[in-house]
Amino acid sequence: MNHASARVRRARTVEMLARAVTGAAAFGVLGVVAFILGYILYRGAGSIDWEFLTAPPRMFMTQGGIWPAIYGTLLLTFWTAVFAIPVGIMAGIYLAEYAPKGAFTRVIRLAIANMAGVPSIVYGLFGLALFVLTVGFGRSVIAGALTLACLTLPVIITATEEALLQVPQDLRQASLALGATRLRTVLRIVIPAAAPGIVTGSILGLSRAAGETAPILVTAVAFYSPVPRTVFDETMALPYHLYIMATQAVKPAPDVVWGTALVLVAGVSIINVVAAAWRTRQRRRIRW
Amino acid sequence: MVTAASGSFELDDVSVTYGNETAVAGVTMSIEPASVTALIGPSGCGKSTLLRCLNRMNDELGNVKVGGRILFDGVDIYDRSVDPVELRVRVGQVFQKPNPFPMSIFDNVAYGPRTHGVRRKAELDALVEESLKRAALWEEVKNSLKKHAFELSGGQQQRLCIARALATSPEVLLMDEPASALDPISTQQIEDTIAELKSSVTIVIVTHNMQQAARISDRTAFMLRESMDFPAQLVEVGDTRVMFTNPADKRTEAYITGRFG
Repeated sequence: MNHASARVRRARTVEMLARAVTGAAAFGVLGVVAFILGYILYRGAGSIDWEFLTAPPRMFMTQGGIWPAIYGTLLLTFWTAVFAIPVGIMAGIYLAEYAPKGAFTRVIRLAIANMAGVPSIVYGLFGLALFVLTVGFGRSVIAGALTLACLTLPVIITATEEALLQVPQDLRQASLALGATRLRTVLRIVIPAAAPGIVTGSILGLSRAAGETAPILVTAVAFYSPVPRTVFDETMALPYHLYIMATQAVKPAPDVVWGTALVLVAGVSIINVVAAAWRTRQRRRIRW
Repeated sequence: MVTAASGSFELDDVSVTYGNETAVAGVTMSIEPASVTALIGPSGCGKSTLLRCLNRMNDELGNVKVGGRILFDGVDIYDRSVDPVELRVRVGQVFQKPNPFPMSIFDNVAYGPRTHGVRRKAELDALVEESLKRAALWEEVKNSLKKHAFELSGGQQQRLCIARALATSPEVLLMDEPASALDPISTQQIEDTIAELKSSVTIVIVTHNMQQAARISDRTAFMLRESMDFPAQLVEVGDTRVMFTNPADKRTEAYITGRFG
């Protein structure tokens, strides 16, 4: 009896320790995120005003606004979405719904997993070689967007495949048993049920692309340029603008740097939060 | 009255092979139109596998080979000229677990007709109402057709699935343990629905429940897999009353008197 209760007491202590240690790790992460966001907000909020958001830079970036960089990032992200989302979703559909279980499919999956692990600067070099030089787009929004699309594809493919695989097999069976083709089953039953996961995954992939510097460094951006008139022009972009201001000889007021960071982080965070909230709402509507 | 030849199956030496394992072999039997045929037998005896041959749902599992011949109203359904998609319009299926689509009650029932080109609202309305009436669900849902199907109880969901299968006007309805996930009252309602339907539709039902087979079926087929080394076989098929009172095979007798299974 005494022996047993000592063991129980020890087990309870270990249990409490486990809770404390894992909890500390979780709260630690929360603290780091809160500190980063808080610090950026604290340093950057002061420089945000109407002119900062809508005017081009003046006096070697030390004054004026960052509108061309905001616009450039929006444009790059938009075209990245145009190139990556249809292909990514279709590839995800193939893997989840059509691909036979075999060596070839395993090779495709492995290739996609590797694609996700390639460092983003390598994508930049690849984009430079293919889209900028070989295809001849030059440094341009379209070359940058195509490069970012390559980077985003594995995220969208994987998110789509996982969302589709979460749809119960029962529903596919029911549709097929009613004499629906596989395509109709996918379009009318599986994709609507998986839409929240597909949309959220795609948005998260895009928001990551929006914040990337390396892939656009050599394919799309300029130190200073006016708002691009067509997708074949070079452009400014928020992450690169930040990189330039933080590293180059030109020394702007630090507030301008932090203000730019705040705009980038706020934009990406808002998109992520909206995507997550939307998914939660949809999940509540569709349950099994 | 439905013509005698419509909705009948003739199975001749049917076997099913998954990869290189033969699960079912040598099944020869007929399924008569406008009647209820029950497939009974212990778990893993190939009842569901055999059932899925009749609407070629085994095709969807990949790596499945069906041997022998299955004639549906005289036509070999595994012939190259037969499109499984068309076959499934005539041979509907209800699954073990209720599996309504995540959409409204109306859209669930209208899914089949819409798939096959019915667009006119009036026609869809009439089909949905008729199908829900045949599945004995109409009175409970007629004022809430726009409600999400998941708001229904399990038993109602299963009757919705029956209505959904009926909406394409199939000649045969395959039911794979349709009441096994339901409470006794819902089970009773499903059984009543089956009794109502059998005058117009051929029903083939897989069931674990021998009392259920005895209550609702006209003919019963008893399947058994005696060892994992051999495929499952059809032990006996015949009139349900005869089989339950005077089985021809000792194994059938042992099973229905509850000595195994």
